[in-house]
Amino acid sequence: MTSVWMAALVAALLLPFYRVIKGPTVFDRMVGVGVVGTKTVMLLCIIGHTYDRLDMFLDIAIAYGMLNFLGAIIVSKYLEPGGDPR
Amino acid sequence: MSTWVGGGLVTLGVIFSVIGSIGVIRFPDFYSRAHAASKPDTLGLMLTVLGLAVIEGASLPSAKLLLIAAFVALGNPTATHALSRAALRSGLEPWRRDEEEA
Repeated sequence: MTSVWMAALVAALLLPFYRVIKGPTVFDRMVGVGVVGTKTVMLLCIIGHTYDRLDMFLDIAIAYGMLNFLGAIIVSKYLEPGGDPR
Repeated sequence: MSTWVGGGLVTLGVIFSVIGSIGVIRFPDFYSRAHAASKPDTLGLMLTVLGLAVIEGASLPSAKLLLIAAFVALGNPTATHALSRAALRSGLEPWRRDEEEA
């Protein structure tokens, strides 16, 4: 069962790389990177469940999710013209 | 019993995340792609993580799984919203049907 989940998730993880490479604007690329990061968190949780080391893999997943969120926020603030006056 | 319920939840979550990936490829412009990137993805991750927590039972890893679910439920839509606002303020026009046909 877990191998089916992992295979489907790896397929879903490789699909957005098309958008990262081809995307016409830089925002499309950032959306693709964010989707890949979310799927990586899911894959890490399922890998930890498969190999019975959930405690170790969950710490990695939490750190990866935080880095993913911070990266998207920082890049969108960098790309935003004018910025928020508040 | 909890193995079957959790397995069903994880399977639903993986299906949602595959649908979200297809949406990121197939939708016509950035804003609809951001919609496909935020909603099905967040739901898929939350279902997967909650299913794994149901399989695991009450323990410390389950608490960490719930922490991941809460963090992603807050963080993923926020990040997509910030990206969309940056795109709108930098002048990216939303896609309309009549542009394609004309």
